[in-house]
Amino acid sequence: MFPASFDYRVAESIDEAISLYQSADGEARYLAGGHSLIPAMKLRLARPSRLIDIRPIEQLRYIRVGDDGAVHIGSLTTHAEIAASNVVAQHAPLLAQAAKVIGDVQVRNMGTIGGSLAHNDPGADYPAAVLALEATITVQGPNGTRHIAATDFLKDMYETALEPGEIIVDVAVPSYSGWKSTYVKFFHPASRYAVVGVAILANAVGNQVQDIRIAYNGVASCAFRDTAAENALKGKAATDATIAEAANAALNGVDVLSDHFASAEFRKHIGRVYLKRALQELFAG
Amino acid sequence: MGVPIKVTVNGRQYEAEVDPRMLLVHFLRDVLDLTGTHVGCDTSSCGACTVILNGKAVKSCTLLAVQADGAEILTVEGLEQNGKLHPIQEGFREEHGLQCGFCTPGMIMTAYDLLQRNPNPSEAEIRHALEGNFCRCTGYQNIVKAIQYAAAKMSS
Repeated sequence: MFPASFDYRVAESIDEAISLYQSADGEARYLAGGHSLIPAMKLRLARPSRLIDIRPIEQLRYIRVGDDGAVHIGSLTTHAEIAASNVVAQHAPLLAQAAKVIGDVQVRNMGTIGGSLAHNDPGADYPAAVLALEATITVQGPNGTRHIAATDFLKDMYETALEPGEIIVDVAVPSYSGWKSTYVKFFHPASRYAVVGVAILANAVGNQVQDIRIAYNGVASCAFRDTAAENALKGKAATDATIAEAANAALNGVDVLSDHFASAEFRKHIGRVYLKRALQELFAG
Repeated sequence: MGVPIKVTVNGRQYEAEVDPRMLLVHFLRDVLDLTGTHVGCDTSSCGACTVILNGKAVKSCTLLAVQADGAEILTVEGLEQNGKLHPIQEGFREEHGLQCGFCTPGMIMTAYDLLQRNPNPSEAEIRHALEGNFCRCTGYQNIVKAIQYAAAKMSS
């Protein structure tokens, strides 16, 4: 399989990329690691007339702590780089926990955080993590720069707040030093996408939960925070009883995906079981 | 419309004009005639097309040849030196790490990436590294042994 023909351009800077976008006839798309877009183009689900390769823009490749105390990640940073980063491990380990289980070694070497978020595949692993981490996504486009909360950015299946011509430039994650976190996932055995993925981020003293965020991806058309499950634990002690309560409260009223691999009923069941096990493990020690 | 690219493959420099939609795996196989790299699932799952691009394992069915412009690529053909098999290749032979051999080039290149990062992997680490490579004959047991053989040989 190979993609339909397109005009290939290389951008060395963000401004050049945006101007190549604006001068294109027909649909232009930005190419980062290409691990969502190229498969879609091979299946002819995407047929851009111009592909703008932004991978040479070195200024979009970094992980650093900003003046605001948040961890800033350039959009072209690969999953492998995020998984291996000491800065991420210290301030926002949840993001590394998600990055480590994306696809496989080869996919993590090419795929980028910006590309994954821009694609917003329901089975991708970053969406639940960025929702739990309350990350801010910065985009740049023909009309300037916008800072968008993750919850507003991720709109629906393959749909984001990106306007035509906009590029994700930065993902900012507040520091959660001292919080507990985990990301658990039921893998699709071939594609390694999440059939169910649940991200948990908790601020707790021993078993006393002061704050907790629980987010799912894979389960519905778009990743979401499960506030009913969060409320079952917030301000309470995490015990077998309250954990069971949270698991029972999870995924209520959610329009759960169903496909040839996993029925809605199965997904919902796995979603609750995985949440329960993850919470038990998180508060065990 | 062709786009000029320059790549170094197995230490040799090549210049070519390629259609932008040409995948790297087809460039290696059909243009450079390096048919050791295989096309398996063609959907980024099976890993038969794995090559080393600038030091890292990638799936060459999910990369455009134009994206490799300026890159250094290592394929399975580049491992053998002066008629002597690379220890990973030797391990696959000694430990019966293949039956039909279709997945083998990808397995070997992924193992190369692993041993470069982690010269002494545990069995669990080897299995984790092979998540993106499918074998439909051996059940992986002997592939793991082949990589353990190579790790021991390379560190001795």
